[in-house]
Amino acid sequence: MDVNKNSYTFIFSTIMVVVVAAILSFAATTLKPAQDKNVEQEKMQNILSSIEIEATRAEAEELYPDYVKEAFVLTDNKLQEGQEAFTVDMAKEVRKPVLERSAPVYIASKDGKTYFVIPLRGQGLWGPIWGYISLEQDLTTIYGAVFDHKAETPGLGAEISTPIFETQFKGKQILDANGELIGIDVRKGDADDNNEVDGISGGTITSDGVEAMIADNLQAYIPFLKEYLKSQTTSGSEL
Amino acid sequence: MAEVLEKEQDKEQLIDRKPKEPLFSKKNRKLLRDPMNDDNPITVQVLGICSALAITVKLYPALVMSISVVFVMAAGNVIISLLRDLVPNRIRIIVQLVVVAALVVLVDQVLKAFAYDVSKELSVFVGLIITNCIIMGRLEAFALGNTPWRSFLDGIGNAFGYAWILMAVAFFRELLGSGTLFGMQVIPDSWYIANGGFYSNNGFMLLPPMALITVGIIIWVQRARNTKLIEE
Repeated sequence: MDVNKNSYTFIFSTIMVVVVAAILSFAATTLKPAQDKNVEQEKMQNILSSIEIEATRAEAEELYPDYVKEAFVLTDNKLQEGQEAFTVDMAKEVRKPVLERSAPVYIASKDGKTYFVIPLRGQGLWGPIWGYISLEQDLTTIYGAVFDHKAETPGLGAEISTPIFETQFKGKQILDANGELIGIDVRKGDADDNNEVDGISGGTITSDGVEAMIADNLQAYIPFLKEYLKSQTTSGSEL
Repeated sequence: MAEVLEKEQDKEQLIDRKPKEPLFSKKNRKLLRDPMNDDNPITVQVLGICSALAITVKLYPALVMSISVVFVMAAGNVIISLLRDLVPNRIRIIVQLVVVAALVVLVDQVLKAFAYDVSKELSVFVGLIITNCIIMGRLEAFALGNTPWRSFLDGIGNAFGYAWILMAVAFFRELLGSGTLFGMQVIPDSWYIANGGFYSNNGFMLLPPMALITVGIIIWVQRARNTKLIEE
């Protein structure tokens, strides 16, 4: 058999491609459930981490229901019925205008206090960045923040996912004295105001991305959360 | 009856004419041994340097990377060797690439399912095994012209040659850079300056340039001990 004939080359490559495609799609389908579970656990881990509960991925799955009691999905700052907050795909939602998004919020309680955990998603330099930010009951003060990224430069932009950067957000204020949303200013040095944090040297575009991400995503929440708090206090129920 | 016997004898003679080589003959052992030292892919051929710099900050990711490369290399070599008489010459590089890519995607999927944290840490470098010159190099230079068993040994040998350098570099980088080995602390807390001691981790070890220097030192030590490698 002449293996260098054109017809043979065609047949060989066709068979090869079909066989490889079959093997890979089989592997991908069989492993999908295990992979999805890992992603889910990581999400729980991140949400817990934003209210300063450190857990491994396996622990996160068990601890999550103990802390996160409720979750809503908002659209135009109104409650949206019938959608599971946990399954909202933020990557799709951020492409819509702010008030048309399905915006999930998690209500967590820890040591008798209530925290609002808000998922964030935005753009870094090389790809998407995302994170979770938890607000204290005054809806102004940040209790904790975690960030992560897909492809920022290690040592530069990628530093947003390190505790050194993340812990700066604790105690910062996202609303001004009049209750207007001002977000967090990620600055180059001299970050001493209530709504300022130090950016990453050499990671300016990623730092700016974090700033824009916070300002953008929070718009979908503040009016609703104010209403929610009011209704909770007037009905006198324990938060 | 006599005819049958004759035929049997013929067969035996045929086999006899080509004596069967023992599985671990001297030649085959050489396939395993050479890449460890005399023909090491990293320190002698200087291939696969990129990943050796990138994922040697800690031992555990380096170990996972090594295992992945051993698997891809051994399986790739065997598959290409089995196909060696069937592969059309004009598209052989593409065939090699498809085989390696398929194996790497498999490894990546398995890691994502069963070693999620490491797979995040290794990120793009698992995918980049495809571009590791050691693998394509062995497929082209060895597997296309040798039997599956010899190709398997060659693959294992080269992958281990790559792996031990990776582990050696990671050992020094993790020990001196983080004071840990496989994530376990080996430098006592009380030694650190923060606790009134005299010691502090060398943060520079965590950066890629120190990996290059570590590889350089390994090459130096190796050439000092193995005079065969010294160029005229």
